[in-house]
Amino acid sequence: MRTIAIIAYKEIRDALRNRWIISATLLLAALAFGLAFVGSAPSGTLGAKPLAVIVVSLASLTIFLLPLISLMLAYDALVGEVERGTLLLLLTYPLNKTQLLLGKFIGHWLVLLLATWVGYGAAGLAVGWSAGGADAQSWRAFALLLGSSGLLGASFIAMAYLVSSMVRERGAAAGLAIAIWLLFVVLYDMGLLGVLIATRGQIHEQIFPWFLLGNPADIFRLLNLTAFEQVRTFAGLAGLSGQIPFTPWQLLVALLLWIVVPLTAAIIQFRRREP
Amino acid sequence: MGEFSCIVDNVVKEYPRHRALAGVTLAVPAGACVALLGHNGAGKTTLLKLLLGLTRPSSGSVRVLERDPASADSSLRQQIGFLPESVSFYDEMSGEDTLCYLARLKRVDRRQCALLLEQVGLSAAANRRVKTYSKGMRQRLGLAQALLGKPRLLLLDEPTTGLDPILRQEFYRMILALRGEGVTILLSSHLLTELEARTDLAIILRQGRLAALGSLEQLREQAKLPVLLRVTTSDVQELSTRLSGSLIVQREEQALQLAVAVEDKMPLLRYLLSLADWVSDVEIQLPTLDDLYRHFGHLQEEEGSQ
Repeated sequence: MRTIAIIAYKEIRDALRNRWIISATLLLAALAFGLAFVGSAPSGTLGAKPLAVIVVSLASLTIFLLPLISLMLAYDALVGEVERGTLLLLLTYPLNKTQLLLGKFIGHWLVLLLATWVGYGAAGLAVGWSAGGADAQSWRAFALLLGSSGLLGASFIAMAYLVSSMVRERGAAAGLAIAIWLLFVVLYDMGLLGVLIATRGQIHEQIFPWFLLGNPADIFRLLNLTAFEQVRTFAGLAGLSGQIPFTPWQLLVALLLWIVVPLTAAIIQFRRREP
Repeated sequence: MGEFSCIVDNVVKEYPRHRALAGVTLAVPAGACVALLGHNGAGKTTLLKLLLGLTRPSSGSVRVLERDPASADSSLRQQIGFLPESVSFYDEMSGEDTLCYLARLKRVDRRQCALLLEQVGLSAAANRRVKTYSKGMRQRLGLAQALLGKPRLLLLDEPTTGLDPILRQEFYRMILALRGEGVTILLSSHLLTELEARTDLAIILRQGRLAALGSLEQLREQAKLPVLLRVTTSDVQELSTRLSGSLIVQREEQALQLAVAVEDKMPLLRYLLSLADWVSDVEIQLPTLDDLYRHFGHLQEEEGSQ
């Protein structure tokens, strides 16, 4: 355990040193504040909107941005050590590959959590206060957004590690990371939409929701937009929740699987590799 | 503590595309300073990786400090220091941070870091980023990390490449001091002459096989390489007629170069001294490790082509 903590701590210090944390935090905070305060400008008013609306906007922002940030943070975690030649040295120390991988993963994940929670948290608090406080359900929805953002990020970090454990060069890892982002954030939903259109909506409503579990970004969307009544109203999904055969807890478990499975695959693949 | 630090018994290591080691058996005595020699691809690095437990042999067995390095727990690794060939670190970290990070991983008291940096002469650069270090400084940082936790066994892969002659001397001074403290040192190299005076034992690998193993004297005996004599004389013509022609390697204006088998060296010297008036000087050159290395290398090559 201590070995994992030492490695995780080093990753966090690295991210502080190269200003990764500060720039990611600022980026996320700027976008969150933008959505919160400026987003209402076209409608003539320039003020904070209810927290529940912010949750809807931030969820959409997160689906696009957070996977990209996670993949960029982590794609060279393993292949970078191989290319730099530091892996050979590290493995002669009293640690094994699983500890190294888990330590780096936890470090990267904490870095991402810090950036997301500080960035979003600042905007959320500012909105909550300036609107004269928000109801308890909205705060819970906001907390769910922060928590599930952490899980979504972890899932894409785990996928980045899987890529990083398979390829021989950093360039290849970067390319595959972008491909993963395109697949899950853009193409997957387009594909589903295509299926819907091609089948004229005839695809069985019992089957279709299961397709959404095949994409962590969709699970995240379902979870955040349907878990609370307040949010459902603003998301325009008020009537839809009845058709989704999953409880929020089941969605959380599905999201967790999207972390554990790629991470386990990465560990297996990394252990097979000779330094 | 056992008699041997490392025991390699009939080890074969196959990779998908080639055979790196083809049945190597050797033992490294505890407390010895051993040179591991061989051309590129002879299997030096593979042997070191096996000793470090980074990879397992395809067949045969490896014992390091009386344990199996590939399955031993971390206490074995705490007793081993390793300097990889052309060592590299995290560019953005300072030398001190790098060493402290590695010290924590090895469960070594952080106070050792400053001492080690001092010892390798990096105290002044400790807070500079490794990116700004020269090759020699990186190599010295590499040595410092290998010495973390006072290892009983040091494995050094091409430790002096990239060091200038002064640094190299300094490096060997440190290695000798460590040997004095009872540390077993195995260093691979292809820079041969500088090792001669310093190693207790030489291991020569050739195409994945053990070409020779022994102290310098033993190897000289095995190889039966001739001793070279350079005789300065006022009368080259006269001397060359008195000596058997097969001894003469080269004629110079004022000197003759002779090659003689080890056992014939003393009789020849006595004879030369009896001619004292016109033989003014005799230089004796014993076969160097270089010559031995070339000799054993060739043997293997000839066997391979048969």
